[in-house]
Amino acid sequence: MAGATTMHLGGNHAARFENKAATSETPLVKWTILAIALTFFTVFLLMPLIAVFVEAFRKGWETYVTALVDPDALSAIKLTLLAAAVSVPLNLVFGVAAAWAIAKFEFRGKQFLITLIDLPFSVSPVIAGLVFVLIFGAQGWFGSWLIDNDIKIIFAVPGIVLATVFVTFPFIARELIPLMQAQGKEEEEAAVVLGAKGWQVFWYVTLPNIKWGLMYGVILTNARAMGEFGAVSVVSGHIRGQTNTLPLHVEILYNEYMFSAAFAVASLLALLALVTLVIKNWVEHQAARSYRDTQESAS
Amino acid sequence: MSIQVKNIHKQFGAFTALDDITLDFPTGELVALLGPSGCGKTTLLRIIAGLEQADSGQILLDGDDASSTHVRERQVGFVFQHYALFKHMTVFDNVAFGMRMKPRGQRPSEAKIKDKVHELLKLVQLDWLADRFPSQLSGGQRQRIALARALAVEPRVLLLDEPFGALDAKVRKELRRWLRKLHDELHITSIFVTHDQEEALEVADRVVLMDHGKVEQIGTPEEVYRHPATPFVYGFLGSVNFFHGRVEGETVRVGDDTLPHEPHDFDHGAEVVAFARPHELDIDTDPASTAGIAARINRVLAFGVTARVELDGINGSTGQHFEVEITRERVLELGLKDGQAVRLIPSRLKVFEREGASA
Repeated sequence: MAGATTMHLGGNHAARFENKAATSETPLVKWTILAIALTFFTVFLLMPLIAVFVEAFRKGWETYVTALVDPDALSAIKLTLLAAAVSVPLNLVFGVAAAWAIAKFEFRGKQFLITLIDLPFSVSPVIAGLVFVLIFGAQGWFGSWLIDNDIKIIFAVPGIVLATVFVTFPFIARELIPLMQAQGKEEEEAAVVLGAKGWQVFWYVTLPNIKWGLMYGVILTNARAMGEFGAVSVVSGHIRGQTNTLPLHVEILYNEYMFSAAFAVASLLALLALVTLVIKNWVEHQAARSYRDTQESAS
Repeated sequence: MSIQVKNIHKQFGAFTALDDITLDFPTGELVALLGPSGCGKTTLLRIIAGLEQADSGQILLDGDDASSTHVRERQVGFVFQHYALFKHMTVFDNVAFGMRMKPRGQRPSEAKIKDKVHELLKLVQLDWLADRFPSQLSGGQRQRIALARALAVEPRVLLLDEPFGALDAKVRKELRRWLRKLHDELHITSIFVTHDQEEALEVADRVVLMDHGKVEQIGTPEEVYRHPATPFVYGFLGSVNFFHGRVEGETVRVGDDTLPHEPHDFDHGAEVVAFARPHELDIDTDPASTAGIAARINRVLAFGVTARVELDGINGSTGQHFEVEITRERVLELGLKDGQAVRLIPSRLKVFEREGASA
């Protein structure tokens, strides 16, 4: 979000910078840099995106639709949606709680907690998956107890949800911590002095102030939850129709040389990503606007 | 409602913010807590409000110990330096907030809330801004809204933390006068924190001067200005000239010069600091004179009714700067010129023992 704001505010600034003879570069430099950037953009971002859709429709509409309504594909869609539907609300609660604790209270080990929140970002998703296998798998710490009680976590839906929650954990907290720290405690203090109870302070004062940041975090969490491959792949066991998410399903189809079907399912994920981007942009715009208001009222 | 502060002590790590403070704020008075930044005045105000916990000591509100009462139940109105208005709410909703947060049983009806909000907005003369958002208001308007919001819950005391600190000089002066007028109408016990001595002296019924977590002096603005109890107070309230010297009988010796001083209970030879305000010094141009302190005129600033003369010390007080305020006529009469050597004669001198020198 901070990036978004700089971009929005940067607009005028860049124009002024550009129009001054003293600070503007020669056209040659300008166009060379532009050309390099555009080439990169086309080769690495635009072409793959187009390729996904071209390949998906290569064998026509019918093959496309067939690939999507295949029972295994439908089950993968369902599981992906379920993983997202569980991990987003969970991380919403964790993220807000963690950010609240870090931004509004002073306690020992705060820096350590902030570092810990970043762990899922820094650790490879495969390791994240393996950790859960080691804890809950048949040979893991709780393995025998889980088997005795007939609870399946690894190679089952709970494992996939767990892995997804783990890898998406930092998104909301990371988004909210700097925002809440910047806002400080004064408005909350004002509310308490005016007689508001804890939940009233949160609901009427804190939440409205962080809503755009929160929304942004939710969108990122959702995007990652639907697209996660590594961690989920390790704990899933790839049981068709049962423990395959959309990304895993794409891999299986591809490995079986069903390219059109693989790209058809992939196009669905790509479409989700595009929709996410549009929503994200809109939220960023709103956030930048409310940020500007805040700046004005602070000055 | 009266407020009593008893033996309040507050420590932040190794830093002592408040050192055994005991104070009494009688009902209906407007009191200023005045001191330089870091003197503990804001911490004291926040402890009275309940936003901060003291390490030891008591706060008595109307004679009852409030130390264990939650902020919410203390019925205090608090005005923050940076307004702390709710950015996402209109002015109306900001002012109505306190009433709307009351438990269902005590909450007034929306119609009553509406009447009350408009009444308060009229009181702060901003009724026409009810539908605006805080970001659309000027600083002075925001602070008045913040005050209306604090008054909406009918607080028993009003606490203001540097209420005009974030405003420009002109608006600050206006709001000062306005706050005084408002207090005369409402008579609610109020404490406001400021580092601006002019503000404190102009607005408050009484001034509490603080430094380094301690109370230096309490009194009416007249008392603290006319009779400062400590060198700190003397130096903090208005500009001042000081002379380091040693007591010699009826005089204070400053370098080669002497200043007359009324008999006092200082020992012969005691190291002292003598204070005189700029208007308490006169200039003697007679070259033969030996009274007072020798100084050289650096600059004469004579645009107003009173002229300001800036001087540098010579003979023993070298390197020191002095400031004298005399009338314009007097400047013309004496024919003062830059670089001229003159003597400074204090009409009134306040002598304090030099800190740490007696030990």
